[in-house]
Amino acid sequence: MRIKTISRSVDEFTRERSQDLQRVFHNFDPSLRPMEKAVEYQRALTAAKLEKIFARPFVGAMDGHRDGISCMAKNPNYLKGIFSASMDGDIRLWDIATRRTVCQFPGHQGAVRGLTVSTDGNVLVSCGTDCNVRLWSVPRPSLEDSDLSSEKSTEVVHCLFFLITLYSLVLLFILITSFFLSQPSAVYTCKNALLAVDHQFEGDLFATAGAQLDIWNHNRSQPVQSFTSGSHSVISVRFNPGEPDILATSSGDNHISIYDIRMSSAARKILMRTKTNSIAWNPMEPMNFTAANEDGNCYSFDGRKNEEAKCVHKDHVSAVMDIDFSPTGREFVTGSYDRSVRIFPYNGGHSREIYHTKRMQRVFCVKYSSDATYVISGSDDTNLRLWKAKASEQLGVILPREQKKHEYNEAVKNRYKHLPEIKRIVRHRHLPKPIYKAKAESRAMNDAKRRKDERRKAHSAPGTVVTESHRTRRIIKEVE
Amino acid sequence: MEVALEDNNLMEKVLPPDEQEIDVELEAKEKKYLRGEGANLESLKDKKLKTQLASREKLYGKSAKAAAKIEKWLLPASAGYLETEGLEKTWRIKQTDIAKEVDLLSSRNQYDIVLPDFGPYKLDFTASGRHMLAGGRKGHLALVDMMNMNLIKEIHVRETVRDVAFLHNDQFFAAAQKKYSYIYARDGTELHCLKERGPVARLRFLKNHFLLASVNKIGQLHYQDVTYGDMVASIRTGKGRTDVMEVNPYNGVVALGHSGGTVTMWKPTSQAPLVQMQCHPGPVSAVAFHPNGHLMATSGKERKVKIWDLRKFEEVQTIHGFHAKTLSFSQKGLLAAGTGSFVQVLGDSSGGGHSRYMSHPMVKGYQVEKVMFRPYEDVLGIGHSMGWSSVLIPGSGEPNFDSWVANPFETSKQRREKEVHLLLDKLPPETIMLDPSKIGAMRPSRRKEKPTRGEIEAEKEVAIEAAKSVEMKKKTKGRNKPSKRTKKKKELVENAKKTFPELEEKNIAGKKRRIGEDAAAELPTSLKRFARKN
Repeated sequence: MRIKTISRSVDEFTRERSQDLQRVFHNFDPSLRPMEKAVEYQRALTAAKLEKIFARPFVGAMDGHRDGISCMAKNPNYLKGIFSASMDGDIRLWDIATRRTVCQFPGHQGAVRGLTVSTDGNVLVSCGTDCNVRLWSVPRPSLEDSDLSSEKSTEVVHCLFFLITLYSLVLLFILITSFFLSQPSAVYTCKNALLAVDHQFEGDLFATAGAQLDIWNHNRSQPVQSFTSGSHSVISVRFNPGEPDILATSSGDNHISIYDIRMSSAARKILMRTKTNSIAWNPMEPMNFTAANEDGNCYSFDGRKNEEAKCVHKDHVSAVMDIDFSPTGREFVTGSYDRSVRIFPYNGGHSREIYHTKRMQRVFCVKYSSDATYVISGSDDTNLRLWKAKASEQLGVILPREQKKHEYNEAVKNRYKHLPEIKRIVRHRHLPKPIYKAKAESRAMNDAKRRKDERRKAHSAPGTVVTESHRTRRIIKEVE
Repeated sequence: MEVALEDNNLMEKVLPPDEQEIDVELEAKEKKYLRGEGANLESLKDKKLKTQLASREKLYGKSAKAAAKIEKWLLPASAGYLETEGLEKTWRIKQTDIAKEVDLLSSRNQYDIVLPDFGPYKLDFTASGRHMLAGGRKGHLALVDMMNMNLIKEIHVRETVRDVAFLHNDQFFAAAQKKYSYIYARDGTELHCLKERGPVARLRFLKNHFLLASVNKIGQLHYQDVTYGDMVASIRTGKGRTDVMEVNPYNGVVALGHSGGTVTMWKPTSQAPLVQMQCHPGPVSAVAFHPNGHLMATSGKERKVKIWDLRKFEEVQTIHGFHAKTLSFSQKGLLAAGTGSFVQVLGDSSGGGHSRYMSHPMVKGYQVEKVMFRPYEDVLGIGHSMGWSSVLIPGSGEPNFDSWVANPFETSKQRREKEVHLLLDKLPPETIMLDPSKIGAMRPSRRKEKPTRGEIEAEKEVAIEAAKSVEMKKKTKGRNKPSKRTKKKKELVENAKKTFPELEEKNIAGKKRRIGEDAAAELPTSLKRFARKN
C-alpha cells in the first residue's frame, strides 16, 4: 500500500532568525472561509463608519485680506504657492504650508477682477475695475525660503532691544512680518473695466474680458487682437489646456462662446437661459469643459458637440460662482453663492462632498491644488480656506501596509455602497439649515412639476407632449 | 491576407495535449473561485452602472484564473492519501501497519493516553488544530499544545463536566459543569460563572459571531455574546430534553436532535425553529455537518446513519448496521462515526456516496465518547472512557492552511492581531440564516407603480383566506347559534372584499356586457334584431 500523510516540519513554516519577516501562506479556497460575504459586509460597514469618524476636511484659514476675495490663481510651476486678490485691490502670494503671506503686490486702485500666472511661473497678470492690466514678476521661491524667515525673526528680536527710534521700529515691523512688496513690471490701461483674465498654455499671450475680448502679448501695451460680440460684456475667459489657440468665454447675455484666436470671430456659440459665471476645461480630456451657471447647475459640454450638455451637475441651491478641475480630470470643485463648496465627479450628476462653515460667507472663487490633495476657497469674509479634497484622507507619509488597508477599505465600501445601511452612512452630510430647507423646497417643487407633466403626458395623445431631457432643457439654441 | 489571418487564429487555439489537460483542470478549479455565476447585466438600463459592472465581472474572471493557477502550482503541500494494491482493502489496514510506512513526524501523532480515573473524555480543538482541550466527566480539564505534546494547564474542578468548548482562540475555554457553566482563561483561572443557563448538556461556540450556544437539561437553547456578556437569546424549544447539538459552520445555525427523531434548526433571532426534519423513527443520537454546509449526517438509535442534502432537505444515503454515538466530518469530507469501542471512517468515493474507508477497533473497555477530526492534520482525535487517543487517517485534513484564516504556527503577536481583527469582523446575530449568500444581495426594487390586476387579485385572495381563518370566539348562554356564526363569518369576508373596490367595478361592467352578448347569442335568428344593442 502507499500512504502519505500531512507532516509539516516546523522549520519550513516558521522564520529562521528574528530579523526575518514572518512567513505567510495563502490558500484562497472559499471553503476555508465560511460566511465570507457577511464578514465583507461587516467590514464595509466599519469602513464607512471609520471614514465618517476621520472626516476632518478643514485644514486652516489664511487670514490677511481686508476685503472679500474676488479671484485666485495657481502657479503651474510651484505647488506651495497661491495668489489671491481682493475687492480692495490687494494681491497676495500665500505659502500654503505655513498659511502665511509671502509677497504682496500693491497697486490696483479698485477691485481686482482677474488673476492669472503664465505657464513658466514667472509673470503674474492681474486686471481690475480700474481699467488696468498689471504684469508682475513672481519672486523665485528658493529652498531656504522658510529657514530665512525664521532666522530673520531671531535676529530682529535681538535688534529690538537696541534700536528704539520710530524709523527703525517701522523698518523692523516690515522685516518681522517678513514679506516683500513688489513693483509691477508693466501697467497697461484700457478704456473699460476688465472682468477676467487668463493666460495661454505654453505661450505668451493672455486674454482679458471686459467690454470685449482682448488678446494681449506681454510686451505690447495694446491688445494684439480683439473680438467684439454684441452689446454685452464678456464675464469670464478660459484657455484650453490642450489646444493653445482655443479659448472659451461667457458673456452677460447668457452665451458661451468658443473662440479660436487664429479666426476672426467665434467658432461656436451656445445660448443658455441664464448666464455662466465661470468655465473650466477638463485637463485630462481637453475637448470637454464644464460651465458654472447662475441657476445653480453646472453643465458639462463636449466642445465639439454643443446641442446638448454631456452631463448636468445639480446640487447647488444658489448661483455657482467658480469652478476648477482637479489635475486628474476626474473631479471638479465648485464654489457657490449659497456659502458652500462642493466637489463633483466629472461624469456624475450629484456632488460627492460638500464643505461649509458658519464663518464662510459667499464663496467667490475656488481652486483645486495641483497635487489633487487640497481645495482652496476664497470667500466674501476675507479668508482663504484650505480643505482636504478627500475629507478622511490621512496626510503625510503613509506606510505601504496602511496604504493597502486604505485601498481595501475603499474597495469593500464601493462593493456594498448600494445597500441601504451603508448607503445611508456614506451619503450622510450635515447641511446648513438654509441649504437644507432650500433643497427640500426645490425637491417638493420638482416632484410636483414632474407629476403634473406625467399626468399631462398620460392624458394627451401619445407623441404630442414631449419631455425635454435635462441636458437640453436649459440650452436655448446653438448659434453657428 | 485573409487566409493568413485564419491560420494565425488556428495556431493560437491548438495547444499541445499536456497544456490542454492542464487547461481543463484549471477551468474546473476556476469554477470554485468564481463562487457562482456572473450577474445578468442585460436587464440593466443604467449604462454607466452596466459598464462599471461589466469591467468588474472581467476582473473577477481574471482573479479566479489567477487563484486557480496558484492552487495548481504554488501551494506548498499536497493532500494525504491511502492507496491499496491488489486485493487489499483500505478498511482492513490497521494503525500499526500505517505507523510502519509513515515518517517519524506523523507517527508521533498516533498515541493513546490512558487516564482511567476521570471518566469519559470530551475533546475540542482550536480552529488551527494546534491546541486541544480534553474534559473528563469526573472533572478533569486539560489544555494541550499538540505541536509539542505539551500539557499547558490541567485543572480538576471536582464536579461533573459534561462538555468543553474553546472560545475564539486558545486563551479562553468554557466548561459545562454540574450546576452552571464556567469560562476559564488559559492558565486555569475561572473568569466567569454563567448562571443563567442552568445545567448545560452541550456547549458550542460560533466563531464568526462570538456566540456561545448551549442546550440545557430542560431543553432550552441559550446564545450569549462573549465579548460583552449579553444573553442574545434564550429559546424554549418545547421539545424536551436533548443533548445532541451541533453547529453548521457554513451558516451558523444550530441543529438539535430530539428524542422523537426530529432534527430542528435554530437561529438566535427567532423563537420558532427554521427547519424541522423528521430524520429517524427513534431518538437521534448524533448530528454532524460537512464544512461546505450542504451535507448533514445523523444517526438514530435504530442502527442507521443517514446523510442528508441540506439544500433540498432530502436523504442522500443511508448506511445500515450501526448506530453512532458520535459523528464528525473532516475538512476533506470524511465521516467518522464512533459506536461502543469501534470507530469507523467513511470516505466519499467519487459519486458513490460514503463508503467504508478505514476503521479502528479499540480495546473493549474503551467506550468511545467523542470523535473529532483535527483541523489541517490527517489526525482523528477520539475521546473515550479511559482517556483519549489519536489515530492517523490519511487524506482527512486540508494540507494547505491560510495564515490569515487559521495559522497553526502562530506567534503570540500574530495571535493578538488576529483576535483584534476577529473582533472587528464580529458578525451581528441577525446574520445567521439558512442561506448566507443572501447577505449583501439587493432586494428587487419596488417602484411605486400600480400593482397589476393579477397582483391585486392575489392580495385579495390572501385577505379573504385570512378573514375565513379567523377563529371565532365561542359564546355562551345561548348566544352561540350556528346561523349567527355563519352570518358573522360572511360579514368578515365581505369586509375583506370591500377593500378592493377597483376589481369590483370592472367585474360588474364586464358582467353586464357579457350578459348582453350571451343573450344575443341565445336568441333564434329571427328575433336577433330585438336583442339589446350596445
